[in-house]
Amino acid sequence: MAFEASPATPAMAIPSGSDGKPPSLGYNSFEPRALWNLILTLGLWAVAALGATPLLSVLYMLIVKGGARLNGELFTELPPAGFEMGGGIGNAIQGTLVTVAIASLISIPIALFAAIYLAELRPLSRISSVARFLAKVLTGFPSILAGVFVYAAVVLLMGSYSALAGGVALAVLMLPTITLTAEGAMHMVPQRMKDAAIGMGCTNTQVVWSVTLPTALPSIVTGIILAVARVAGESAPLLFTALFSNYWLRNITEPTASLSILIYNFSSMPFDNQIELAWAASLVLVMIVLGFNILSRFIGRPQV
Amino acid sequence: MTNASVLEKPTATAGAAIDCNIDKIYYGKFLAVRDSNIAIEKGKITGFIGPSGCGKSTVLRSLNRMNDLIKGFKLEGNVHFHGQEIYDKGVDPVVVRRHIGMVFQQPNPFSMSIFDNVAFGLKLNRFKGDVEERVQHALTRAALWDEVKDKLKASGLSLSGGQQQRLCIARAVATQPSVLLMDEPCSALDPIATRRVEELMLELKNDYTIALVTHNMQQARRVADITAFFSVDISQGGRTGHLVEVGPTDQIFDAPQEKLTKQYIGGEFS
Repeated sequence: MAFEASPATPAMAIPSGSDGKPPSLGYNSFEPRALWNLILTLGLWAVAALGATPLLSVLYMLIVKGGARLNGELFTELPPAGFEMGGGIGNAIQGTLVTVAIASLISIPIALFAAIYLAELRPLSRISSVARFLAKVLTGFPSILAGVFVYAAVVLLMGSYSALAGGVALAVLMLPTITLTAEGAMHMVPQRMKDAAIGMGCTNTQVVWSVTLPTALPSIVTGIILAVARVAGESAPLLFTALFSNYWLRNITEPTASLSILIYNFSSMPFDNQIELAWAASLVLVMIVLGFNILSRFIGRPQV
Repeated sequence: MTNASVLEKPTATAGAAIDCNIDKIYYGKFLAVRDSNIAIEKGKITGFIGPSGCGKSTVLRSLNRMNDLIKGFKLEGNVHFHGQEIYDKGVDPVVVRRHIGMVFQQPNPFSMSIFDNVAFGLKLNRFKGDVEERVQHALTRAALWDEVKDKLKASGLSLSGGQQQRLCIARAVATQPSVLLMDEPCSALDPIATRRVEELMLELKNDYTIALVTHNMQQARRVADITAFFSVDISQGGRTGHLVEVGPTDQIFDAPQEKLTKQYIGGEFS
């Protein structure tokens, strides 16, 4: 290799045109680098196809098996009992939306304040580095443990399973993700923009509220939506907290159904009707998650 | 302080708007600037020139307490703004910065619309008057109105570099501060944009007091009424900047009193 790199070699490899003929500038597809290019391009496509296969086949299966029950009844009716026909998963959709909403209401404000502290107020302090480390550890926290924790902290205390407890469990999972993405987003706001605000005579609070937060908002919202999409499909933390219910949710202190638990319950039942509903619920859940993801891409795009 | 006093038109009478007597500026243990006494006169442009690292930006940024943000910053001496010591204990740096505006080296518009950029300071000061009229006036002053009047809702970041810098100047003058500090405002601009900003400075000096840091001697010669030459001495391992000479621009360039100034103006070092 060292020899090839010597100055004499390029003169041989690249026709200099000194022999009177102009150098050939055309694309030679049998040159080694062109062949390599072709092989690697094909390889890349193959790997991409391989990677997309599981996703596409799951989607295909969900649409084929769950699509049949995708009608109005699915969204408005309660789950059927044993040998009943028909029915829907309305209360599970309601339950999932309510628990996720509770989780968002709890986690978003706390996470935003934490992120402001970490990114703007005391980025280098000891408490910040500890908090940042703990948040990173928490992002990989097994979700079932969040359920167990909330079972001990909320369910036992309140004396019953509830949608509220489910929301708290999901909030525990959302908190670190939102904190870290929001901190990152605020960190990306250029220092010169903050300097400009300070130069205009902004207090620290005004810098954060009128410059840093609005500038970082698209990325923060993206982070929030992705966190919501992630917890919407969680089942483990709900097992010990929200439990399940065959009825509409009237009060957040009652147990509630959720899509993920309904899928878990119904898929193991010996009735075709319930199994079909589990497929339909899976499709609905995937569509909710997909919808959130698409929404995040729209909001996260540069605004200008 | 009332809102009215922030937004009041500065009265252009003779005398010093800022009287700066800096004995020493430290960053931690590092002595950055020593012995720099300079008066920024009302209604005039004062140019700060000198080689890199001579402390001219440091001095400028200590005039509206922007250096407070830098860890370890310590100033010995005093800076008087209309007779008041701005480093006094009771003085709020935030209020100081509302009176003494700043234009930075890199154009730094906020990521919001052109209109909101200019109106930013007005909202900050809870300006009660006609915001639209004030914004138009500021943009006109900054020689930008004709270029942006049809797209006030477009983002400030969509403008070209020169336009962005004029937007920043419009933003700074919208609240009508009495002094404008400009820290190498043209160093990121092309020659045509530079020329426009220079014309703008000459026009603004009728209403504002301007202190201008520039790396470009010719720029100081073109626009400054008074020029201050800073230099740096490299001794005991440190680099400490200090004021060498200050005087009318013509005198500094044509008949400098100090040998160091003569050498710098003559291009012997830069």
